[in-house]
Amino acid sequence: MSDLIRLNASELVELLAKREVSSVEVTQAHLDQIAKVGDAVHSFLHISGESALATAKDVDARRAAGEKLADLAGVPIAVKDNLTTTDAPTTAGSKILEGWIPPYDATVVTKLRNQMLPILGKTNLDEFAMGSSTEFSAYGPSKNPWDLERIPGGSGGGSSSVVSSFQSPLAIGSDTGGSIRFPGAVTGTVGIKPTYGAVSRYGLIALASSLDQIGPVARNVLDAAYLQDAIAGHDPHDSTSLPGSLGSMVEAAKRGSLKGKRVGLIKQLSGDGFQQGVRNRFAEALKLITDAGAEIVEVDCPSFEYAIDAYYLILPAEASSNLAKFDSVRFGMRVAPEGTPTIERVMAATREAGFGPEVKRRIILGTYALSSGSFDKFYGAAQKVRTLIQRDFDAAFAKADVLVSPTAPTTAFKFGEKVSDPLAMYLNDIATIPANLAGIPGISVPIGLADEDNLPVGIQFLAPAHEDARLYEVGAALEGILEGIWGKRMMDFAPELKVN
Amino acid sequence: MSEITPELVRHLAGLSRIDLDEAEVARFTEQLGLIVDSVAKISQAIDGNTPATSHPIPLANVFRPDVVEPSLTQEQALSGAPDSGQGRFRVAAILDEE
Repeated sequence: MSDLIRLNASELVELLAKREVSSVEVTQAHLDQIAKVGDAVHSFLHISGESALATAKDVDARRAAGEKLADLAGVPIAVKDNLTTTDAPTTAGSKILEGWIPPYDATVVTKLRNQMLPILGKTNLDEFAMGSSTEFSAYGPSKNPWDLERIPGGSGGGSSSVVSSFQSPLAIGSDTGGSIRFPGAVTGTVGIKPTYGAVSRYGLIALASSLDQIGPVARNVLDAAYLQDAIAGHDPHDSTSLPGSLGSMVEAAKRGSLKGKRVGLIKQLSGDGFQQGVRNRFAEALKLITDAGAEIVEVDCPSFEYAIDAYYLILPAEASSNLAKFDSVRFGMRVAPEGTPTIERVMAATREAGFGPEVKRRIILGTYALSSGSFDKFYGAAQKVRTLIQRDFDAAFAKADVLVSPTAPTTAFKFGEKVSDPLAMYLNDIATIPANLAGIPGISVPIGLADEDNLPVGIQFLAPAHEDARLYEVGAALEGILEGIWGKRMMDFAPELKVN
Repeated sequence: MSEITPELVRHLAGLSRIDLDEAEVARFTEQLGLIVDSVAKISQAIDGNTPATSHPIPLANVFRPDVVEPSLTQEQALSGAPDSGQGRFRVAAILDEE
């Protein structure tokens, strides 16, 4: 295995700036790793080797000519396939968009191009980001590099498995209820959902517009900070984009400190009912956090009991509306029934053939939640619960600078374990969903392996809206303490990937 | 007992423009019944005075300057269409013959 692919993005930033390595070497090393393990892990739906190398070559030529480039210029990246790209098919993991080449780039993609990151390809996801395992991708699941018989988390399992199998140092994810943080936790990587509106959603194929947020996927906190700084910022193309800047996440990560921080332990998410190995690592992490000079305070968030219920009404309701655009007219698949059908019958036949089971389930559920007679009882009630959850967070953040919980109740489960039981699948997101409902930022940082299965466990920190920097500060501090104890990095625990 | 019946699932699928087959109707009736029974408890959490939140970070009146900016060309806009002609999207008949 080439040493270049083991390097963190922040290490590559320095080596590239000093011209000790070239971007072509780095990009080629990752393309070689993709060629080696790509089929086994199945992270990519599309690989853009040629254009990635062309960008790398351009970076090297400009640096050789003395041009000052962006920090991440020349560092390869992978992009979740629900972001539009004009030079690669964009499917969102669905058959209904198979082969579609969008006529415009997502703002995040434009930013990556402007800062000259070689884009290696598009990563797999549950269809339209609906799922926790990538088992709902129309193109087959991605595998967890720690154990190929297990899920890499979802919906962003392509991005988490790319980064944890060293096919790319960085990836872009999107998080609607945990789709960046849950995959991060189960693959031993770092994932961040920024404050709602911190990163433009323009060109993100919408799942639930009031919950969706694009964010970084990386192998350490500083790398993620570089990526958030690269993709954040106001975008006039997104009316929910925050005005102004949230400051430098890189500075916060480099500052890395827990001293004097009040860390709120959420009573409702403190580990009851969670896997024992998850609870053990979490308890140890809390001890380390205290030893580092932080104070643990218990906070009570009684409305979290209803968070999953509210989420699984709001998300399907918004999704049923967002996915109405896949109507066989402007893009994507068209299936015409025999005879001379009306457009309505063409639409119904197309959507029957083009959508998978989870998407249909959620569209129908959302249509129900929004229908007259059910609206007050379901969608209306869910929006009120959203207010209660925001109030719980407000009260908690009056007592604490950041909140903490395990990221997920379990480590990576096996394929097939939950795919036929929607309610069991939904419970994976129990700790991550409240942040989306309230629009606040959250990070998952690896904290070691569960005793019973030797699989990664993640800790989640949450901060108030606009205070993303706190997550990088405390996340980097804990990561540094753990790496000091381990004498190595989290991914150094991973078994060597068995490929044929 | 769930309020989700096969007839309701067929009706919702019709509203959603999804031509479910009978096996799907049976499966979704059962699954949606379980999901709806489970989420229904949220009505216990709220009272009449709880305000609704539709967006997590409220921003009001977001406008851009009223100037013409470059946008997709007609060709680009039609580039992904399953069928087009004369610079337009081409679709099946909107109305039944009857």
